[in-house]
Amino acid sequence: MSAVLFFIAAIGALSGAIGVVVLRNPFYNVLALVCHLIALAALFLLLRAEFVAAAQVVVYAGAVMVLYVFVVAYVGGQDEPLHSPGGALKLLGPLFGLAVAIELCIALLGTALKGISSKGAPYLPGFGSPEHIGRLFLTTYLFPFEIASLLLLVAAIGAVVLARRRRGLDPDDDRDPRLHPARPVHTGTMAETAGLRTGGRTGEPASDAEPSPAPVGTGPSEGGW
Amino acid sequence: MAIGWYLTVSALIFCIGAVGVLTRPNPLVILLCLELMLNAGNLALVAFSRMWGGEDGQVFALIVMVIAACEVTVGLGMIVAVYRRQLPVNVDQLDELHG
Repeated sequence: MSAVLFFIAAIGALSGAIGVVVLRNPFYNVLALVCHLIALAALFLLLRAEFVAAAQVVVYAGAVMVLYVFVVAYVGGQDEPLHSPGGALKLLGPLFGLAVAIELCIALLGTALKGISSKGAPYLPGFGSPEHIGRLFLTTYLFPFEIASLLLLVAAIGAVVLARRRRGLDPDDDRDPRLHPARPVHTGTMAETAGLRTGGRTGEPASDAEPSPAPVGTGPSEGGW
Repeated sequence: MAIGWYLTVSALIFCIGAVGVLTRPNPLVILLCLELMLNAGNLALVAFSRMWGGEDGQVFALIVMVIAACEVTVGLGMIVAVYRRQLPVNVDQLDELHG
């Protein structure tokens, strides 16, 4: 029974991986990776790693893949041409992969894993449960756990800084007047405080903004708010 | 099932991911293939954890998932930044630092 489940899950994982590499549309790549991750979670369950399997499905196939789908939809999931000019790496890449596969197979065959135990350690109740994992995280591996939390924080801040809109680099897609209508004067905008904006917005139709625009020039001379 | 089967699957997934990283020009797909390679490492870690009967390998696998999440976040942020500046989202054409 476990052999049948293993082969089903392994074929699912391998075909998902091949789909990620071979398919041409990034949307299909992401969907193939979701299939791969779910099959891999089944393999984790066969290896009695229940918590890791649950985290795989919830975190990877749930959260990270949604992030991928959003970015693919934002950037545009256009097909790439089948025979794009790629240079020598297009030929050398599969050869390199084949070489690594052969090397890993030789390492697997030549290792002494058969001598230890092919079936693995005897199963104890509670192996891989969240209780055991959590105890390990909070006792033996407390330092990596804290470092991981710090790393997540740094990555989140870095992503926000990288993907934010930069004023000055692309001024044309800033400040859509439909999304940012002109605020009435003397409501405490930062432009007023800095003395940059004295009256109503230039270029706006004066009828819909404010019926009585403030006298030009009194704003900054009053000193502020 | 013997542990060697799991390691074989892990090795194959790693090689498929490496081929994808080397051949695909789209940085999104390159990130996906990096996920494949990290997942292959995860599978090997969990298999070794099962073989030795200790949960340490599963703890490593969870840490690797954290690292993968960080890598995805920063990588996707970079891709979005590249796209915002109207540069081609293609690693073969983003060669300003190519000497």
